[in-house]
Amino acid sequence: MASRGIRDRVAIVGMGCTNFGEHWDRGVDDMLIESTQAAMASAGVSRDDIDAYWLGTAGSGTSGLTLSKVLRLEDKPVTRIENMCATGSEALRNACYAVASGAIDMAMAVGVEKLKDSGFSGLVGTVLPNDGTIPETTAPARFSLLAPAYAKKYGVDETELRDVLTRIAWKNHYNGARNTRAQFRKEVSKETIAKAAPIAGMLGVFDCSGVSDGSAAAIVVRAEDAPRYTDHPIYVKGLSFVSGPARGNIDSSYDFTTFPEVVSAARDAYAQAGVEDPRAEIAMAEVHDCFTPTELVLMEDLGFAERGFGWKEVLAGTFDLDGELPVNPDGGLKAFGHPIGASGLRMMFECWLQLRREAPEERRISSLERGRKLALTHNLGGQPGECVSFVSVVGIEPST
Amino acid sequence: MADLIAYGTYVPRHRLERSSIGTALGSPAGKGRRAVAGYDEDATSMAVEAGRDALRAVGIDWALTRLLYATASPPYLDKTNANVVHAALRLDPSALAVDMMGSVRSGVGALLLAAETPGPTLAVLSDIRTGLPGSADEREGGDAAAAFVFATEGEPIARVIAQASSTDEFLDRWRLPGAPASRVWEERFGEHIYLPLADAAFADALKRAGVTPADVDVLVAAGTHGRAVKAFSAGSGVARVADDLGATVGNAGTAQPGLLLANVLDQAGPGQTIAVVVLADGATAVLLRVTEAITGYRRAKTVAAQVDSANPSLRYADFLSWRGFLTKEPPRRPDPVGPAAPPSHRSSHYKYGFVAHRCEECGTVHLPAVRICVQCKATDRMVEVPMADQLGTVATFAIDHLAYSPSPPVIAAVVDFDGGGRFSCQLTDADPAQVAIGDRVEMTFRRIITASGVHNYFWKARPVAKPSATAKEA
Repeated sequence: MASRGIRDRVAIVGMGCTNFGEHWDRGVDDMLIESTQAAMASAGVSRDDIDAYWLGTAGSGTSGLTLSKVLRLEDKPVTRIENMCATGSEALRNACYAVASGAIDMAMAVGVEKLKDSGFSGLVGTVLPNDGTIPETTAPARFSLLAPAYAKKYGVDETELRDVLTRIAWKNHYNGARNTRAQFRKEVSKETIAKAAPIAGMLGVFDCSGVSDGSAAAIVVRAEDAPRYTDHPIYVKGLSFVSGPARGNIDSSYDFTTFPEVVSAARDAYAQAGVEDPRAEIAMAEVHDCFTPTELVLMEDLGFAERGFGWKEVLAGTFDLDGELPVNPDGGLKAFGHPIGASGLRMMFECWLQLRREAPEERRISSLERGRKLALTHNLGGQPGECVSFVSVVGIEPST
Repeated sequence: MADLIAYGTYVPRHRLERSSIGTALGSPAGKGRRAVAGYDEDATSMAVEAGRDALRAVGIDWALTRLLYATASPPYLDKTNANVVHAALRLDPSALAVDMMGSVRSGVGALLLAAETPGPTLAVLSDIRTGLPGSADEREGGDAAAAFVFATEGEPIARVIAQASSTDEFLDRWRLPGAPASRVWEERFGEHIYLPLADAAFADALKRAGVTPADVDVLVAAGTHGRAVKAFSAGSGVARVADDLGATVGNAGTAQPGLLLANVLDQAGPGQTIAVVVLADGATAVLLRVTEAITGYRRAKTVAAQVDSANPSLRYADFLSWRGFLTKEPPRRPDPVGPAAPPSHRSSHYKYGFVAHRCEECGTVHLPAVRICVQCKATDRMVEVPMADQLGTVATFAIDHLAYSPSPPVIAAVVDFDGGGRFSCQLTDADPAQVAIGDRVEMTFRRIITASGVHNYFWKARPVAKPSATAKEA
């Protein structure tokens, strides 16, 4: 048994993405219409050309009707997908496999989330009937556990670590300020970030991703058909998904400085894509910076930095917009916002823009000019010790 | 009569300085402090803690045939509260568990009935006492629990040598169901009625035992009518009256006779005669004689030690909020949801008994109890291991300002148990500013929250007790 992947067998030929933010005046239907029509327009196709749909939403609708009813689709399958914060990426992964299987010619993956209608602070999950033994804690608290654990393991003192986390938030706000679709479009000073009111552990409000509404969509076809729709398709090199055994909350040897699920998803995706040295080969990465310590740990889990050195690379600017390996050039979950079901496809949308050199000049990455041709997207859902993780590698040309 | 085999007590960590009531309300509120059950405690959770203490002290698994649970502050009506205690103490399903509730008198009643039951019986007395802000009940009440095991076999630490009661119908103290506070009639009327009743019961008991007041080494006098208790004690003819713990704990109502008796037993010597006289809607007198075995029965966590391991920093506003007299703005979060009945019943060994699963193939301890081993993947090779008395260490933690709690912030901790097993839970009875990785913690049974009209009982970790600063100075 092996994960063989579908390297270069399918390509993305059209994408659309709404602005992310507090869309008080727009509902799920409005956002779905905007993202799907933008994706169709960008590929030059109509709804009749699309054979099947995968709709990712964590909680803004159930069943395929959430999409088919809005678009008034006739005779088409729509699969509703939920896989926590990796929901949007999971919709794309399934759409890619359907096309690669030969069962259909063209698929659309669309993600959407409407978070700001709840009226609550932070994310609100659905609670299944349970025995009342699950501790009442929030996502920031669970992810904040990474920070002291990392500091302790690698001998980083608390002030230094604060600087590292601040640097990550500062960078993502800097990038988001250059993105018209982002929820937060202002640079934020390091002083403001460091001094923010505490939310959980050492995390302040600026260490947390934005709660927002949004939608993004992609059109997937077989690679050989791609030139019919665009001169610059994005080829899918590897897609990996790992749903973990939830060992970290049982096994005392788990130390909260890594996501084993991410490490194994990355290993699989790199193998599928033929990536040997991600730090040297990847032109840009969109990673799941739900909280600033998550991005720090991910730099090591994804192989962008040596174990224990990620924090130094962050401070050195390796992952800045003009750095060696730009991470979250669109502002990430931090500044672009995190409408759960849309986030994975929003990440791919930035890859689409950057790899096709369509990103606005003020946030264009320079690594492409140095001959790099691959981009990576990454999501995780759950918490340290108990999560699902997605990694994709895409590129601007098929392998020779 | 069965004999006393074991006893245990529970005094919550929080203390309210009476002066803080005075400061807030602008009127004198006396000296000393009172014990306060945490926001996540109720009479039942405290009853579990006292019961654990008693069973731990006895050192062996007693096949208890009966559990009698007395309280005047029952968390549930209709539903038997004692079953929660039964489940948390992992008693045999064949044991009868019943509540004796609503009135203060049920405490001494449970004690007596336990002593008269042939099969091993656990009587648990627990109470949460308060009153309207500014009232005597608020400042003089105290929250605590005590538990006693009686049996006809095993090594008795004390024997009941006589008991007697007197009963009369009169209105001294009462509370309508659902009312936030008790009401009392004019104090002098109660004293007038109580004194002859107490004298009669005490005299009867002495007569039955064939002893005189001078033969009684210690008098434990309990009751919510402080003036009558004092007057009876003064006229009893017994030289030594036990400390009523009024300055350090307060009057624990239903649990008071149990707590005071336990405090006396902690210091008692062989051959001593102890009289317990309870003034509650009549009077009951119980005479006990301490045996030689008391010298071998010394608890680490005596009442005095529990009184000492106190946190006196409770603010009056928090006390009011915990007891429902001050409603604070809730966070902008969904209302918490109560536990569902079927999953709670399916996992009752874990939820109430805090029993983990250990994989027989590779030894990995799993919390919660699961069927497939996370390490070796063996299916259904689990054995149950009780974890409630295991100590653990804080592996990591986070102060969570966003999570819903009646007393924010929540302290979310990952605990690694001595001997294996990891558990993610809330830390309670802890100062957020003082928590550190490496802290030693013990498990404690709590009412996590009440939501959807259901009390959610489960376990939390709390720092292992340290004597308070004032105790160290003394």
